[in-house]
Amino acid sequence: MTPPYLQFESLVKAFPGVRALDHVSFGVAAGSIHALIGENGAGKSTLLKILSGVYRPDDGRVRLGGEPRLFGSTAAAIAAGIAVIYQELHLVPELSVAENLFLGHLHQRCGWVLRRRLLEAARRQLLELGEDFDPSTKVGRLSIGQRQMVEIAKALARGAKVIAFDEPTSSLSHREVEQLFATVRRLKGQGRVLLYVSHRMEEISELCDAVTVLRDGRHVETLTSLTGVTHDRLVERMVGRPMSDLFRYTPRPHGPPALEVEGLEGPGLTAPASFVVAQGEIVGVFGLVGAGRTELLKLIYGATRATRGRVQVHGRLLVGHGPRAAIRRGLMLCPEDRKAEGLIPTRSVLENLNLSGRRHFSRLGLIIDERRERRSAQAQVDRLEIRTPALAEPVLHLSGGNQQKVILGRWLSEDIRVLLMDEPTRGIDVGAKSEIYGLIYELARQGFGVLVVSSELPEVLGICDRILVMRHGRIVAALPRSGATEERLLKLALPASGGAAGNGGDSVKNDNRNMAV
Amino acid sequence: MTRVLKHLWDSTGMLLVFVGLFVGTSVFVPNFFSWVNMQGLSLSVATVGIIACTMLFCLASGDFDLSVGSVVAMTGVLTAVVINASGSVLLGVVAGVCAGGLVGVVNGIAIAQLGINALIATLATMQIVRGLGFIFSKGVAVGVSQPNFYLLGNSSLGGIPTPVWIMIGCFLVFGLVLNKTTFGRNTLAIGGNREAARLAGIAVPRSKITIFALQGLIAGLAGVVLASRMTSGQPNTAQGLELQVISACVLGGVSLTGGVGTMTGVIVGVLIMGTVENAMNLLNVPTFYQYLPRGGILLVAVLLDRLKQRPRA
Repeated sequence: MTPPYLQFESLVKAFPGVRALDHVSFGVAAGSIHALIGENGAGKSTLLKILSGVYRPDDGRVRLGGEPRLFGSTAAAIAAGIAVIYQELHLVPELSVAENLFLGHLHQRCGWVLRRRLLEAARRQLLELGEDFDPSTKVGRLSIGQRQMVEIAKALARGAKVIAFDEPTSSLSHREVEQLFATVRRLKGQGRVLLYVSHRMEEISELCDAVTVLRDGRHVETLTSLTGVTHDRLVERMVGRPMSDLFRYTPRPHGPPALEVEGLEGPGLTAPASFVVAQGEIVGVFGLVGAGRTELLKLIYGATRATRGRVQVHGRLLVGHGPRAAIRRGLMLCPEDRKAEGLIPTRSVLENLNLSGRRHFSRLGLIIDERRERRSAQAQVDRLEIRTPALAEPVLHLSGGNQQKVILGRWLSEDIRVLLMDEPTRGIDVGAKSEIYGLIYELARQGFGVLVVSSELPEVLGICDRILVMRHGRIVAALPRSGATEERLLKLALPASGGAAGNGGDSVKNDNRNMAV
Repeated sequence: MTRVLKHLWDSTGMLLVFVGLFVGTSVFVPNFFSWVNMQGLSLSVATVGIIACTMLFCLASGDFDLSVGSVVAMTGVLTAVVINASGSVLLGVVAGVCAGGLVGVVNGIAIAQLGINALIATLATMQIVRGLGFIFSKGVAVGVSQPNFYLLGNSSLGGIPTPVWIMIGCFLVFGLVLNKTTFGRNTLAIGGNREAARLAGIAVPRSKITIFALQGLIAGLAGVVLASRMTSGQPNTAQGLELQVISACVLGGVSLTGGVGTMTGVIVGVLIMGTVENAMNLLNVPTFYQYLPRGGILLVAVLLDRLKQRPRA
């Protein structure tokens, strides 16, 4: 047997206070899709950054086709045929698809761009991936899935032999995921080396041929075959402890209404939305990306202005607009995009925790009582077990799970009755997920009403008492926990005409039942 | 150990640079380290220092204000005109400061409510206000006939000139406001992430208007003090002042993208600029050549700041 094309040999990389990689060795064969899994902080990103020339390892080496190669820069890595498709895509939205594809080496003569040849080459490159959209379109007007295809085509245009995907499906719809998988398989058929980083177990068992598990910067194991390997086993290896049940759902008594939404209309909704969340109840909102879920939450919260309708919290009408009014009535929002909408990245954990509540700590509404402020922040850090070196640490340096806890903790110093959570566990590792779920249950037991938007089926089915399904900007169904199955939810969420896509969606998710139970 | 050093550099980097610069000039530049020269140095930075206090808020919230130089000229002229017309020094001073505040409110509304980019909005008011200064003065310096008015800029208390006391007062008050009040913290939060601040219930437009109004008021105050020092309102004065103020803030580590800034940093930035200019004057560096080190220092400061912010790789 020939040695794998891509080999990592005893890689070591240390940052102040952390050993991000500790003698990690494994190989990736050509013509196979190799999954790389691990919790946040396990070393996946560091490994990718060494591969792509962003970081230099302290020790160890990377071999390509047997040759030891180390890249001093990303340009050198690209030249050696390595491409990394990151979660956040690196495209210029104002430029056309073709210009993006050949950015840095446009077809030109004496500095003049040869537009016809450029478009022709771009069209050929896209066809190779089975895509036929117009290469003169501006990238900013493409869907996320199409942009990803452009990113992949760009890698191929540069002659990439090794392609690494960093959580490529986190913002794709089911249909786009299917297309992506087809493309990845096609690349595999061409004998390329594919590294696939993901949090989603079901994707790995559907797509990948081999898997490597990292934990705390160490190599745990590499399996060259995934037959007979259960998700539970992989998760256990990742987390380092048995994960008997991620969700640990228990029913709670429900009280009188906590949140009442009546005939709410506004941007992003195509029909008035009406529903009630009881005290102690956890209600899920499921739908594809773009179905209006985030828009619904923002309308309830007042972050976007509703054109019609009423929102009541504990029987009291929400008057006025905007987040301030909502907070006064006891509503809180954990936004979908933590970095863009949740955190002040440059400021400390303390300031982020007190962002909203610090007005309560000021004397005469003016000077802040710093002792009370610290005490309150410390109490949240202790209660939520936020792992941070200090209260003064910039929140930017925390892991995703701990950042999410900071946002949650912000609200616990306010007089809050209803939680609106948008994708509360996106990009968060399994261990932190289960802590967030625990917190949601605890708050629900205390009588909070909780509304959770999620595109992860296992999560919606796992933690919610009731599930609202949205499609094309309207609520199309409300299912009790007992009546909800993956098939029913998907059928309701997918466009009525898209029967084929519906099947595709089913097959994406049909392996994860053991996680959802 | 390296971590400790890094932390020390992060928190006191520019302060150390200033101390080094100060000791160096004291040793090598004759007549630098004397009481009279210190008075002159501090007086020379007073206008920039006073305005830098509120510019810090503008920058920390992610905006900036180019109109301050014009405001200084216009309010000085207006004060002189009003004093001459009414015979009341108090009325003139109040008119000058309030006119500055009014310009600030207009800037704030244009930026926060109408959503005009701060560069464009304040570039526009910068020209409008400069024009108003010329109109009020008919294009010539307006001498003030009331000697009482000169006291504001030309008296001193305990050996320290009054404008310097005003600057010190501004440093203290606005330093406190930035660190110890909800308004100050909210300012930094808005600059750090406007949308997150809004979703957390911070009244973003109101805060921005307040910031610009304060900036206008303080620029107006600086204009009145400068007019008093010059015993006249001069429509041509303070050209390019806005860039000096922003340079001083950047020297002090204030981020142009918002969310980062401290009052100690700004004070150090102002002092570094003042020390360099003062030393060049004492060394009789020709005026034309003085521009080069000024620009050079700004480049070096921003470079140091970038080194500091480099990821821990």
